[in-house]
This record gives sequence, C-alpha cells and structure tokens, in this order.
Amino acid sequence: MISDRPHLLRSEYDVAIVGGGPAGLGAAVAAREAGAQRVLVVDRDTEAGGVLLQCIHSGFGLHRFGEELTGPEYAQRVLCEALDDGVDVVTEAFVLDVAADHALTIASPRHGVVTVQARATVLAMGARERTHSAIRIPGDRPAGVFTAGLAQRLVNIDGVLPGRRVAILGSGDIGLIMARRLTLEGVEVVGVFELLPHPNGLSRNIVQCLHDFDIPLHLSTTVVGIHGRDRIQRVTVAPVDETLQPLMQRAWEVPCDTLLVSVGLIPENELSQQLRLRIDPATMGPVVASTMETSRDGLFACGNVVHIHDLVDFVSAEAELAGRHAGRYATGQATPADNVRLLPGANVGYCVPHTVSTDRDHVVYLRVRTMFDPCLLRLRTPDGTVVHERKLRYVAPAEMVNLKLRPALLQGFHGDSLIVEVVPR
Amino acid sequence: MAQRVHDVAIIGGGVVGCAIAHELGRSRARTVLLEQAADVGFGTSKANSGIIHGGHQAAPTTLKGHLEWLGNRMWGDLCIELGFGFARVGGLTVALRDDELPALDKLQHQAATKGVPGVERWGRAALRRAEPNLTKQAIAAVYSPTTAVINPYEACFGLAASAARSGVEVRTLSPVTALAHDGELWVITTPTGLVRARFVLNAAGTAAARISALAGAGTYRMSFRKGEEYLLDKRLRGLVGRVIYPCPSATSKGTLVIPTYDGTIMVGPTADEVADPDDLATTADGAARVIAAARRLVPGISERDVIAEFAGVRAVVDGDDFRIGATGAPGFFDVAGIQSPGLTAAPAIAVMVADLLRGAGLDLTPAAGDGRLAPLPPLPPFVHFAGSSTARRQELAAADPRYAHIVCRCEYVTEAEVCHAIERGAHTLDGVKFRTRAGMGRCQGGFCTSRCMALLAREMGVPLTAVTKRGGDSWLVLDRGQVVQR
Repeated sequence: MISDRPHLLRSEYDVAIVGGGPAGLGAAVAAREAGAQRVLVVDRDTEAGGVLLQCIHSGFGLHRFGEELTGPEYAQRVLCEALDDGVDVVTEAFVLDVAADHALTIASPRHGVVTVQARATVLAMGARERTHSAIRIPGDRPAGVFTAGLAQRLVNIDGVLPGRRVAILGSGDIGLIMARRLTLEGVEVVGVFELLPHPNGLSRNIVQCLHDFDIPLHLSTTVVGIHGRDRIQRVTVAPVDETLQPLMQRAWEVPCDTLLVSVGLIPENELSQQLRLRIDPATMGPVVASTMETSRDGLFACGNVVHIHDLVDFVSAEAELAGRHAGRYATGQATPADNVRLLPGANVGYCVPHTVSTDRDHVVYLRVRTMFDPCLLRLRTPDGTVVHERKLRYVAPAEMVNLKLRPALLQGFHGDSLIVEVVPR
Repeated sequence: MAQRVHDVAIIGGGVVGCAIAHELGRSRARTVLLEQAADVGFGTSKANSGIIHGGHQAAPTTLKGHLEWLGNRMWGDLCIELGFGFARVGGLTVALRDDELPALDKLQHQAATKGVPGVERWGRAALRRAEPNLTKQAIAAVYSPTTAVINPYEACFGLAASAARSGVEVRTLSPVTALAHDGELWVITTPTGLVRARFVLNAAGTAAARISALAGAGTYRMSFRKGEEYLLDKRLRGLVGRVIYPCPSATSKGTLVIPTYDGTIMVGPTADEVADPDDLATTADGAARVIAAARRLVPGISERDVIAEFAGVRAVVDGDDFRIGATGAPGFFDVAGIQSPGLTAAPAIAVMVADLLRGAGLDLTPAAGDGRLAPLPPLPPFVHFAGSSTARRQELAAADPRYAHIVCRCEYVTEAEVCHAIERGAHTLDGVKFRTRAGMGRCQGGFCTSRCMALLAREMGVPLTAVTKRGGDSWLVLDRGQVVQR
C-alpha cells in the first residue's frame, strides 16, 4: 500500500504523533476514528514500523489479529491502516522538541528544520536498550560488544554478522531471539549468562530459542571481565551469591569474539524529560491517566515510552486508547476524568495507568517483582478492605499481568485510591 | 608510495607530536607525522584528564615545571586558532588536614617563583561559598584562576588537521618497524612505505624508549603508569565548578574531581605502575580507589553514578622529568617521558623542539609573513548541530540537507557532521565518535553505530566489513562467508 501523498507535511495538525512504530501508527488510526481530521506521524527511520522491522521472527499478533505474524508483517498492517485512513506519515524526520503548546520542531532532510503546530500530541518514541556501561563491567574496551538490538539490526537489516563465537549477557527477549537467529546463521552461541536466579525473557523464548538449540542458560551468573585489546577475545564470568555479588573464586573464562548485552529496555524519555512530565521512577516513563494523558494537558503517551511491554499486541491496545483520547481532546470533545489512584503494593513493581475511573472499563498492566506460583492478584483500600481478588496460576517479572477493571468490580468502593498487590495463595 | 625526502619525521601522533607538527607547519620545513594507530591522539592522549594545569603545579626547577607555565599561556590562543573548546574554570588544591598545609605553601611559592598570577589561599568560608559540595573537612585550599579544561582528543584532531592543511603529511596506521641512518638521512620503515628524513623527533609516547633503542640513539629505562578515569552521569553536572585537586603525593597529583569541558564530572586518575604499556583495562579495584578518593573531596559522589570508564598509560623516564633534546644519534631528538603536565606543556614543547631543530641547522623560515612563525589562519570551526540555536539549525539545514538528518539520537549528531569528521581524517567509528560525540550519549551507540558504520563505508567506498572501531584488529562485523565454513 502506497500513500498517494508521501511525505506531505502540513503546518497544522489536530494530532501529531512522535514515533511511527506500532504505538504511533495505532494511535494515529484511533485519533482519526475519534474525529481528528489531520493526523501526523513523524518517524526517524527511512520506513515507519519501528523496531518491528528488524524483528523478522514470528510470534506477533496472536492477540490482536488472531494469527501469528512476523514483525515486518505486523508493522505493514498497522502502517497500511494508517495510510488508508489518510494519516500523514513522514519518515526520515526527527522530532527535536515538543513545546507545551504542541508546537513540534522537526528536522528532516526533505523538509529542513521546521515547526508544526498541533492541538494534541502523542509521545510514542518506544524504548532504548540498557547498555553494558549501565551495569559496568571492568576490563578492556575492545570492539565486539553490542547490545542485542543493535546486533539484530546488523544481522536482519544490514545483512552482516557480529562475529563467529558469541556470549550473551542477560536473558532479555531480544538476546534470546538473537541466540536463535545467530545459531541459524552458523554463528556459535556459547551461552547466555543471567545475573538473576530466573530468566528475564518470556518462557516461550527460553524454550524456543535456547532449549530447542541446546544453548546453555547460566542463571545467577554474570560477566565480570571483558578482555581483548582490539577485538574482544574472552570474557570472565562468575556465579553470584544471593546479594548478587560475584563469587570470584568460582569465576571461569569463556573464549568469544562477541558479547551481546541484553539487560533490558528503558523508555525513551528524552522528550518527556524536556517537557518536564511527571515520571514514574518504577517505569521510567511518564505518569498517565486512564486516557493515557500525561501530566500535561493534551499530551498523551503510549507503548514502550510509558512502560516496557512484553507483547506488541498490548502496545496496539494502549495506542488505540491514547489515540482516541488525543483525537477527542484535539476536536474539543470532553475527555473523561479519573477518580481513583492505583498504587503498587506487595510484589508489584508498577501498574499503568496510574489513575482510573470507577464508571468505565479499563485494562491495568502491571509487572511483579518476583516469580510466584499460584497467587492472588488483589485490589484493596489503603486501610486493608479487599475490593477485588483474582487467582493467578503463575506470575514472573518478564511477563505483564493484565487486570480488567470493570465498574461492577468496584461497586461499593468509594475511596480515592486502591492498592494493587500480588500475594501468595 | 612516494619517497620524497622530508626535513623532519615526527614519530608519534599524540598531543605532543601533533603540537610539533602544527608548529613546524608554520614554516617551510617539509614534515611528516607518523602515527601507528588509525587516528591521531588514540594513545595516551585520548585518555588524558583534559586539564590545562594552572602553571604552578610542577616545580620550577624541572623542565616540566618550566614548560607547564609556558604551555598554559599558549592554549587559549591555540584553541581559538584551531576552533575547539577551552574553558578557564580555575583549580583548587584542597587540604583536609593541618599536615597538608605545607603542600599548599609550596604551591603558592611555586606560583610566585614562576610568576603565575592570581594564585591565592582560600579558607573554609570562601571554599564553602564557591564549592558548596566540597567536603566539610576541607580546611584550606590554593586557588588558581589559570587552570583550564579542554577535550584532549579535540586538541589532537585540531592540531593535526591544521598541520595537514599547512602541508604536513599526517600518516596514520604507520608504526615504525625499522629505523636507520644512511650517513646522510634517516630511513624509516613503516607498513605504509619508507620515509627519508634529515631529522627524527621521537615523540612515540610509551614506545619512545623502544624507538630510541631501534635508532641506536641510546637506551634508557621507561616505566609505565596506568591511570583509570571514571565519567559520572550527566545529572551531576555542576557538582563542582573548578578542578578539585587533593594535596599532591610524591608520584602523582592524586585523584581529581574534574568538571570536563563537556560539562560532565570525571574522577581519576589512578597512578599504578604496569609492566605492559598496552594494558588499558579498568579494574574493580581501581574503580573502588578512585571513588573512595573522590568521595574524600566531594562526598556526594557515588559508584552508582559512573556511566563510562577508560584508562591510559603514561610514559615515565627515570628522574620523573620530561626528556627532550638531542641524543647520541645524528639528528635524532627525544621528546620522551611526557607525563603530566604533558598536555598543558605540549604547545611549549613544540616551540622548544622547533628551537632545537633551528639550532641544529634546520631552516624554519616561516611560510609567509614577518619572519616569525606566525599563527596559521584559523581552521573553520567544527559545527555542532546540537549546540546551535533553532535559527542556526534552519540555516544549516537549508544550506546542506544532511544537517537535518539526525544520526545520533542522544547527542543530536547529524549526517553532515559525521561526513565532515570523515573528511577531516576520521577513518574509524571511534574517530567519528571523538570528533562528533556520536555514540557518547545515554544509549552508548545502540542507535548510531550501524548508521555511522554505513556512512563510513559510503564515504570511504569500502564494505561495512572493512569498518573498524579504532583500526588494527578492531573489526566490527563479518559477512556470512567469513563465518560459515564453506
């Protein structure tokens, strides 16, 4: 599907969206459906689609489309929906600044450095990878240390390989996917080393990417040294104790010419910080209402820029919400207000959105801090009255928990805050 | 490879070699600069703390003490001429105990002897006012308004680019493998070809003793002192406004807290003797010592704030002073043992070396002008999109659309800057990084690495697999045929 007016950039929009991944494109479609006439998506890459374009494996879309798609297929679907809906998708364009009055400064080789005025803005910049600098490994600084996502781009977009013999630090999903991908390319993956006692990626990826290819996963083990002057030649790895301190006397050497680092994602929050949005220290993304509105009027956010999602399907659902309310805001329709704050309680790292309303349906996404087998997801008031309880079979930090909140569940509750907790059963 | 005869061959493209090249570039002398690495400044200089010491730090009776103060006064003009940043932030040497006060007296005495202006004693109240984050244990300090900060690699790039523009041949990837005098000229063997020159300047840093021995110019003992440096998170910007020194020990100025030219706080260096001059590994122990020492000066610093780390090795000759001068071999001069304050002294070293060459009979007639070695016309400054106003950005983008193509999302580096860096001599990912800041931000190259690699490949007309991190065996990617056994 080709737009009949590619790269058209007007000077005024109802809704402007920063980022053309699944979050931004999904929000654009929803904004149009909510009545916004002119909707803009700005994407920094040559093609919209975001990180999905380099995720050439399948497994996307089971929830949303009821079928298993590859990343580029999923991206193509949401891009076509946006273009069919008359959204202006401008690529190779970088949003330098968003002002509080929704003036966006955009740099693009095609348009120069220009300002576009919108009535509402959606932040959908996605996430970036945590780097090995963030976890500090002493030693040399040779070539051959890549984040897993960069390696994925090099392999799947640029068609080159990062090395011959690869060690992977961290069991994040991208690292697991790359373990399989590189093995299929004939690269030797010598092992995955995870600091924590449990994997950091989805169970299905542990099975399909490591077990199925006999790639060893070393839990409670981390990389404590990088060696090699020009190119990495080996890493030192060591088991860690309960306090995560390495046991150096049990360290061993792993020869490799490449170290992939897959130690998690962080919301891309540069613009959020420039805008001085309220940031949740747990998610590192903006605090949002149930409409996905941030602490600034008419400024919405969705996708990994708010919190790191495990599945793109949920990004799309959240994008729909943000886009709809941005469209309503831009066209002067009333946006509903919330009356209850959600606070993370026992074993809950965070929950999003941060506020809800007792008279509408919501999906609350949360992540637990530690693994539990059978447990209870509980909503209670600060003084301990249980408002709602649901049994869960199993929870893990790597997998989001979705809580469907309906007005019926909250009948009889009249407070202004609810605590969300996950307790053993 | 052309074999024209050079007047001077400089071995080593660190800040000293580059400063000499720049100085000789002002004359008609035909000069070649030989650097073993893929870029100038990639050895000891890159890992330098970036401090232009006040002029009073080293004893006036030493050569380094003399050149420190001369050099300090030259950097301000040089930075304007070469178009890179320089900030005279001032320095404070802080005493925490009464028994450290004599060290402060000594610094003030050195300042008086050398004529360094403005050096004065501060008491607790003045310290509290000027540096509120400094430890409450500080009882007094010596303040020097002359202390400044620069980016040491920018200095090397600027000096080398200016030298190249005035006709000096800057040859990278050219380690010296053999060196002989044929009775008239020196014949220097490098992988990029033979070089014949009347004079040889040995500014080879940690390799200087080896080069001297290779030339038969004399043997001397050289030891190596590793310094580890730790960069702290941007949010600590402004934690200190001046370079904070502890009272110096016998071998080192100690661990400093440095407000770098870029505004981030850096702590370091260590000073540990190592056997291998190529040992650039940071260590858990070094980190612990640096942070502990930095916390004694500024207690608000924590190990959790560290975002990047690196190490460099200083070359030290016996006696702990610079070793600059003629040797037993004809026309072969040592410029060796340039440890701290080597960066500060570099421009003065260059002038001293030019005088030595003149004394040895080299014609250093200026390229033009009034008979003095006049400053060269300023280099066009390197334009950084990130630091420009919106109006200036619009202007830049209108003139060259590559200025509207963001390649590094964290530091807002554009395609135009990367291309200009390559035009100015960057051939590697690190060369681009240190000229443009692409890859120095929060994502540490996660976003821009593949984009910078693609631009390097395009501009140099080579495949992606030929792009390296910093030359040598620092390859980045392979193609499938190199991995899969056929």
